[in-house]
Amino acid sequence: MQRVGQNERVPVTITLNGRQVTALATSRTLLSDFLRQAVGATGTHVGCEHGVCGCCTVMIDGVAGRSCLALAVQVDGCRIDTVEGLAGEGGALNALQRAFQANHALQCGFCTPGILMSFTDLLARNPSPTEQEVREVLGGHICRCTGYAGIVAAVLQAAAEMRGEAA
Amino acid sequence: MRRLEDAALLTGAGRYADDLPAPAGTLHAAIVRSPEAHARIVRIDATRALAVPGVHRVITGAEIQAISDPFLIVLKEPIDQWSLAVDRVRYVGEAVAIVLADDRYTAEDGAELVEVEYERLPAVVDPHKAIQPDAPILHERAGTNEVSSRRFVYGDPETAFALAERTVRITVDYPRSSYTPMECFVVVAEYRRASDSYDVFANFQGPFSAHPVMAKSLRVPGSKLRLRTPADSGGSFGIKLSVFPYIVLMSLASRLCGRPVNWVEDRLEHLVAANSGPNRTTTVEAAVTADGRIQALRFDNLEDYGAYLRAPMPGPLYRMQGAVTGAYDIKHVELINRVVLTNKMPAALVRGFGGPQLYLAIERLVQRIAVELDLDPLDVIRRNLIPADSFPYRTPAGALYDSGDYAKAIDKAVGEGRLEDLKRRRDEARAAGKLYGIGFATVVEPGMSNMGYLSTLVPNHVRERVGPKNGAVSMVTVNVDPVGSVSVTADVTVQGQGHQTVIAQVVAEELGLDPRDISVNLEMDTQKDQWSIAAGTYSCRFSPGTAVAAHLAAKRIREKVGRIAAKQLNVRPEEIEFAGGRVFARSNPDNGMPFARAAGTAHWSPVLLPEDDEPGLRETGIWSPPQLDPPSSKDEINTSLTYGFVFDMCGVEIDPVTMEVRVDRYISMHDAGRLLNPLIAEGQIHGAFVQGLASALYEEFVYDDAGAFLSGTFADYLVPTACEVPPIEILHIETPSPFTPLGAKGLAEGNCMSTPVCIANAIADALSIRDVPLPATPDRLNAIMSGEEPAPPPDLVEAAPEPRAAAGGQALRGRGEFQVPAPPAEVWRLLLDPENLRRVIPGCHKVEIVGENVYRAEVSLGVGPVRGRFTAHVRLSDLKTERFARLSGSLTGPLGSSEGAGDVTLEPSGDGTRIRYEYAITLAGKVAAVGSRMIERAAGMVIGQFFERLVTAVGPADAGETRPGLLQRIVGMLRRLAGGGQ
Amino acid sequence: MKPRPFDYVRADSVAEVLELLARHGEGARILAGGQSLMAMMNLRLVQPEVLIDISRIAELGEIRIVGDMLEVGATVTQARLEAWPKLEEVAPFIARAIPWVGHFQTRNRGTVCGSIAHADPSSELPLSLALLEGEVVLRSCRGERCLKAPEFQTGMLTTAREADEMITAVRFPIGVGRKGAAFREVARRHGDFAIVGIGAVVAGDGNIRLGVGGVSDRPRTITLPRADESDLQDRIERFAWELGGYDDIHASARYRRDILRRLAPRVIQEALQCNG
Repeated sequence: MQRVGQNERVPVTITLNGRQVTALATSRTLLSDFLRQAVGATGTHVGCEHGVCGCCTVMIDGVAGRSCLALAVQVDGCRIDTVEGLAGEGGALNALQRAFQANHALQCGFCTPGILMSFTDLLARNPSPTEQEVREVLGGHICRCTGYAGIVAAVLQAAAEMRGEAA
Repeated sequence: MRRLEDAALLTGAGRYADDLPAPAGTLHAAIVRSPEAHARIVRIDATRALAVPGVHRVITGAEIQAISDPFLIVLKEPIDQWSLAVDRVRYVGEAVAIVLADDRYTAEDGAELVEVEYERLPAVVDPHKAIQPDAPILHERAGTNEVSSRRFVYGDPETAFALAERTVRITVDYPRSSYTPMECFVVVAEYRRASDSYDVFANFQGPFSAHPVMAKSLRVPGSKLRLRTPADSGGSFGIKLSVFPYIVLMSLASRLCGRPVNWVEDRLEHLVAANSGPNRTTTVEAAVTADGRIQALRFDNLEDYGAYLRAPMPGPLYRMQGAVTGAYDIKHVELINRVVLTNKMPAALVRGFGGPQLYLAIERLVQRIAVELDLDPLDVIRRNLIPADSFPYRTPAGALYDSGDYAKAIDKAVGEGRLEDLKRRRDEARAAGKLYGIGFATVVEPGMSNMGYLSTLVPNHVRERVGPKNGAVSMVTVNVDPVGSVSVTADVTVQGQGHQTVIAQVVAEELGLDPRDISVNLEMDTQKDQWSIAAGTYSCRFSPGTAVAAHLAAKRIREKVGRIAAKQLNVRPEEIEFAGGRVFARSNPDNGMPFARAAGTAHWSPVLLPEDDEPGLRETGIWSPPQLDPPSSKDEINTSLTYGFVFDMCGVEIDPVTMEVRVDRYISMHDAGRLLNPLIAEGQIHGAFVQGLASALYEEFVYDDAGAFLSGTFADYLVPTACEVPPIEILHIETPSPFTPLGAKGLAEGNCMSTPVCIANAIADALSIRDVPLPATPDRLNAIMSGEEPAPPPDLVEAAPEPRAAAGGQALRGRGEFQVPAPPAEVWRLLLDPENLRRVIPGCHKVEIVGENVYRAEVSLGVGPVRGRFTAHVRLSDLKTERFARLSGSLTGPLGSSEGAGDVTLEPSGDGTRIRYEYAITLAGKVAAVGSRMIERAAGMVIGQFFERLVTAVGPADAGETRPGLLQRIVGMLRRLAGGGQ
Repeated sequence: MKPRPFDYVRADSVAEVLELLARHGEGARILAGGQSLMAMMNLRLVQPEVLIDISRIAELGEIRIVGDMLEVGATVTQARLEAWPKLEEVAPFIARAIPWVGHFQTRNRGTVCGSIAHADPSSELPLSLALLEGEVVLRSCRGERCLKAPEFQTGMLTTAREADEMITAVRFPIGVGRKGAAFREVARRHGDFAIVGIGAVVAGDGNIRLGVGGVSDRPRTITLPRADESDLQDRIERFAWELGGYDDIHASARYRRDILRRLAPRVIQEALQCNG
């Protein structure tokens, strides 16, 4: 049993994008705030804090979930992957990121990191999603700028490229 | 070309307002907001909040009032608003106090403990009721809620209507909504005592005409309010103008507490209080010939701006003034513009800004003309279009439409089989018994507002006294450093439209450089950057304004570098070409030098400069188009510089089972002049389309009649997701604007204006109805189409729930009756006995007698895990001993508040008493905003429990065991009343 | 939108959880997936004194067949059950309904038991439990008990769980719906709470069981004799009035009843048509 009293600040260790980091949290620190404020990983954004908008989506032990609906103390010892971990050596964009750029799948970019994490999860599980499946996963996000058309096209294009088909 | 912004945004390296570190010692703010729609603030007690460790300060309206002025507004009416409520609150969500603490969590802890006592005042939500003589007045000093009313006559509408072959009229209501950017407001404010100035960092978007408003409120000259904006912004759509009251609030808070203050708006705050478009009712009437030619229009606009009139309101009512005849060649117009205030959140900028409201009226009218005159709607549109050979075209209300070929655009859109395909889909669907309709909409889309348009609001004699306002100044500075690298600053804020990319393109093209080599920094700094009153990102001013200023600045740099190079290359300056990072003689490209060397000359070697050139290399392009005149003495006004054209057509299918509207096919034709970046242009159109779709079918800020706000979360305020959005087909023609050097027009707002009415027209066609409620929710369409509901089976009549309007309905009501096994005298005694009330009121901790038949109780109430502690005030009145009592009172607590009244009637019946009761409750505050789905039924359950316990109290102690049948029946009945069932 | 302070305890075993519940009672809440609870805590609608995290208790993470029941442990996520290869065969109705629960991202973390514990009247899993006549396994220091769906969910967000009890698993009878199962939902947007959710299964005796969510304070069911289809619409009409419906900003009680009237016969048809 591990107990964190309401007035305590305790070290929480996560493996963030493959690197172990430790920072202090209280029992009620949301994972989204922990990432942004304690660890400085500000690529994950906060849009609604009630689990609807999807801006704060990260991968928790390999599956996409809302970081505003998780506590930092709850993920102590877990693997957390965020948008900062997607690009390759020297910042080279990965296939999904490139497809987003090519298809104008982002405008203000605020919702984008969460969307990228959802599809990183989806494409790992399902390399050949249909357009309908892409839309349903994207249904867990709100984007106010793009009208979604570019995002759907980008994911389908990235999936094709990752399968080794001509983009 | 791909966007330069993307590399950072795709890797989590964006620099949004809340990503930047705050200054050392920064305190974090949480705002205490009004749960009441209209109330007097009786008392604010911060004692308990201040006792929370980590809470440093609680600031109230009185302290703010002492060191600031109310915000300037456009009207002369005394409608004072400070950055915190002073004495009165006028809408749910109004900021009442601010708590400053070590972190946001603690600040919220404190905010929950600030006790505010309100004395509720009657509220008015419906704009039509607000203008009645008996309506509660929001601003007593103004004396009326109808704070502005003007009538305009252009041409001779009276004669046209007198001679009209036919008249067609329609009334439309445009609802309240916003486009809720994903990033909420952020402010970091620091008061600098030594210079009595404020240094503020905020994701404000402009217009910077709000800057003098803020400075005036802070009682400092503009130069002492330094406002900086971040490199990236998570969307705006107009909304982030409305961060300005919070800039002032946090500035004052910093001054009062002596430390920097950081405030990050959360989504609840955003939905309840940030910003809404105004709702508008328009009655529009057309004088038409029998073949559908419109001779004249008459508008009566009643626009509802909510509780305060924040600058630059009532902009939406006047922004389209010149273009009020839309795409049509109509000579005569009468226009009545009325501004009304109600107990709702103040209206402000929302993308589309007056356009969606106007075109809902015009284009619904055109559809009605077709229906009533039995004409094809597309024929009516075509018959009335402004002919292509009449541009530039002066509208009767004074707009100067720059260019266009509307007929050609429509021909191209309907061509290539598109319209036939829509008709085929419609005919097939109808043949299969489905509900299918086709809608059209034409829109003239204004770009770059004339700063003088709002002065049309006041009569000419007032304008003559205060002097003309006009123009729209744009400014961009191009700087070339000693090694020839180019940086640009501009008078726009970032919010996702790819401005950096387009500016880099424009500048690079002029200078023969690669756009990736141009650093465009759009972090505004009002102390260091070039800006003017029109600065900011709004009203589609970028393409016709800022992009032009960038072009002008780059051209000046080009000319200067050209002269410098020409001197060194021994050719005439006109001979110099720029390409591939070099400057060279056109006739002999080998005779050249790198751009960097030519530019560097201006820094390193002034001695080599041509005689008339100054050293250094920095140019500011300033542009204000000459066409933007002030309003004429007859109120004619060229409201915007450019006028693009949009023609939409769509087919919708309505599911007869669910009455859900599905957009089957959507085509959107745009003429935005020359397209600066087609990829970005299409992105803007897609985004605006979905926002238009949202206004047509999904999004609405819902208030009940008492002013409670009911759509406080993203589960209640419904933003469409990818699953709700159909694909669209985008088409373009390009008729360049003769009034902008680049030929470009604005295009980002068109579909916010065209899509709601295009879909509404298709729904009207599908269902053969005149009045299409927006948003056209399945429930609303069902109510229109389903007729009278069959009566419930006779034995279930009693249990049937009270009918109540689904959206914005009246209070929650209930009634019931039951038998208790005790005589009326005993029931009566128990009802009046505080000790018994404590036992009977669900969750009651204690009851105090405050006065005769007035009680104060502490209760814990809730449903399932949702529980809160409330203070209840209960008054018993109209007492008729052993026969009748009226219970009225209120509940208040951190979860919100409730007011209600109920009548209880006792009648002897057999050996017991027949109790009848009726009640009506209204909810306010958080429970109403975020939990109306569950809490309303919980309220019914609590009332049920009250009577359940009353039965227990009067019955024998073991009533539950000896009379299970009775209890069960009562509980079941109460549950059904509560919306449930047994 | 930050939660109030609370003590956080990550339990390693069910015994620890039960001991904590016995000690803290109403003041304690169980955190499994957190997809409903954390949102309500951020809104400060729910304010536990002690939050008991059960997500790492291995014994609660199983999907297994126990006798003629499918048992889903308290930490099994909706996504795991959705992806469970035998779901279509064992519980075809759940296979139809579970993709409608929230979104991909919330199903990844949200648990089956958590959704049932939350007892939202519009949710798909409580409806599944009611329609399939499943049961909820509750444990406390005092022992274990099983409640049938209608005994468990007693109202809006309200269940018969005692303050010292935890849900260790839920159980669904195996094979119900193999002879036919259908589910339809009407919501304003994909993934929203249902305005009306309607499920139908063909029972072993050929009768139809119809379940309706979103219209009453909890999911409600009715058995309709298959043989007699003549008065089907009348029975549904009566059922609609028994449920009553309620008004909220998304739909009126009338709309809910109308959907039930129009959609229920179709869902029943769908269930019958997928029969064999």
